[in-house]
Amino acid sequence: MPDAPKSKTALLFRSVAPPLILFVVLLGLWQFCVWWFELKPFLVPGPIRVASAAVSTFGKLAAATKVSAAAALSGFAASLITGVVIAFFFSQSRLIRISCYPYAIFLQTVPIVAIAPLVINWFGSGFRSIVIITFVISLFPIITSTTTGMTAVDPELLDLFRLNRASRWQIWLKLRLPNAVPHLITGARTSSGLSVVGALVGEYFAGFGVNDYGLGFLIGRNTSQMRTDELFAAVIASTLLGITIFGAVSIVGAFILNRWYDVK
Amino acid sequence: MSYGDALPSLAGIDLSVAKGEFVSIVGPSGCGKSTLLKLIAGLRTATSGRLTVDGAEPGRSQCKAAFVFQEPNLLPWRTVAGNVRLPLELGQSGKASNNVEPDELVERTIQLVGLSLHDAAKRPSELSGGMRMRVSLARSLVTNPEIMLLDEPFAALDDILRQQLNEELQRLWWNKRWTGLFVTHNVSEAVFLSQRVFVMSRSPGTILESIEIPFDFPRTPELRADPEFARLTGVVSGHLRRAAGIAGTQVSIATAEATEDA
Repeated sequence: MPDAPKSKTALLFRSVAPPLILFVVLLGLWQFCVWWFELKPFLVPGPIRVASAAVSTFGKLAAATKVSAAAALSGFAASLITGVVIAFFFSQSRLIRISCYPYAIFLQTVPIVAIAPLVINWFGSGFRSIVIITFVISLFPIITSTTTGMTAVDPELLDLFRLNRASRWQIWLKLRLPNAVPHLITGARTSSGLSVVGALVGEYFAGFGVNDYGLGFLIGRNTSQMRTDELFAAVIASTLLGITIFGAVSIVGAFILNRWYDVK
Repeated sequence: MSYGDALPSLAGIDLSVAKGEFVSIVGPSGCGKSTLLKLIAGLRTATSGRLTVDGAEPGRSQCKAAFVFQEPNLLPWRTVAGNVRLPLELGQSGKASNNVEPDELVERTIQLVGLSLHDAAKRPSELSGGMRMRVSLARSLVTNPEIMLLDEPFAALDDILRQQLNEELQRLWWNKRWTGLFVTHNVSEAVFLSQRVFVMSRSPGTILESIEIPFDFPRTPELRADPEFARLTGVVSGHLRRAAGIAGTQVSIATAEATEDA
């Protein structure tokens, strides 16, 4: 092939360059539209205006991002631990599984926006409620994926463990739990993305009345005050936060899969 | 002896195996050979009939049984040594036999099945099919079992590798003299390894025939070229064809002249 890539760098360049060029083109188009149609800044600010708003409010933005990251990671960590514990009980008996599963689905189907006010009613505004909302939204994928991994065990391996008189606990610890790890990683990737959504929704409703506010609160305030350029900057910061958390979880997951599960 | 509805039912299984004996069970697919092994292992329970292992019900027997599956069934998250050590970590005992340190016992067993200590740190994915089966054998031998139940362990391997592992399995058995029950589709393998070969028929699974294989141990690869070996293989194949319900039950059997021609 005449145009075969010569090195890894060339290959990387060929996969990174096209979306990057498109990005620059789109930014240009956006700026052009704002200028050509004379769009009002409080409706659609141009990229330059958004960039300058981001720079001038950088301290505020960074602090809010840090608060949101703390809320998202706390809720995510809580859902990870609780999800594995719930999956442990689900994996122990079919009866427990079929009895509790409908209520686990409730977690998935209830709109987070609908229960956020309830959580605030019970736990007040602030960090605690935000973490609880984050926890609720990111719990379900962990439960389902981990339960699947703990129950979908090769029957012959179960036979092997039983033949060697393994206890229930040994079967769980040495067979079901390690078998569930790849599934858990898939669930954790989904949950990590959801945790940022949970944190922002939580902050939008419950993030007021504190000095350390997060991106969700900032977005709500910028909207009501028609500071659309700062709003855009906050939206971009939220996106970056989501990508970072999702990316970090994916990298850790890929490392574990590669090291212990021979998944390349 | 009958079993559930979904699984092959067994009837008229009248079979007793002496301590330290190595026997093979051949039969058409779905005749319940594997079910029989699982019943003996105590992994399934028979709905009727009587089965005793060392004078007790399989589940309650004090007799130590090990099972080798058709697939190596190794845990991918454990190394070779970790997989071999697994049975020693399970149950209440948690301690190895003969007062040997578990690590030492694991290493010794790995070497016993023809793997090097260099392989011990590898992961199952780094091994070939034959090596994985050796690890699976080591995992079953590490508990120093009194009964070995082998369910078509070499079915997925190519013929040369299968022959080589047959020779090594035979050596392992000859050294320790555990009781061996070997299920296979391969007649030549059954004749090479066993003191007796049982032929099973299907629906319901019944023992049709029992054939004595009188060759001395230890058996060498040259045995496979022996005319008597060919004759016995032919006899077992004939019974197997009858068990499978194939017409023309009498098979013309290769004799000394035939082998000399070749």
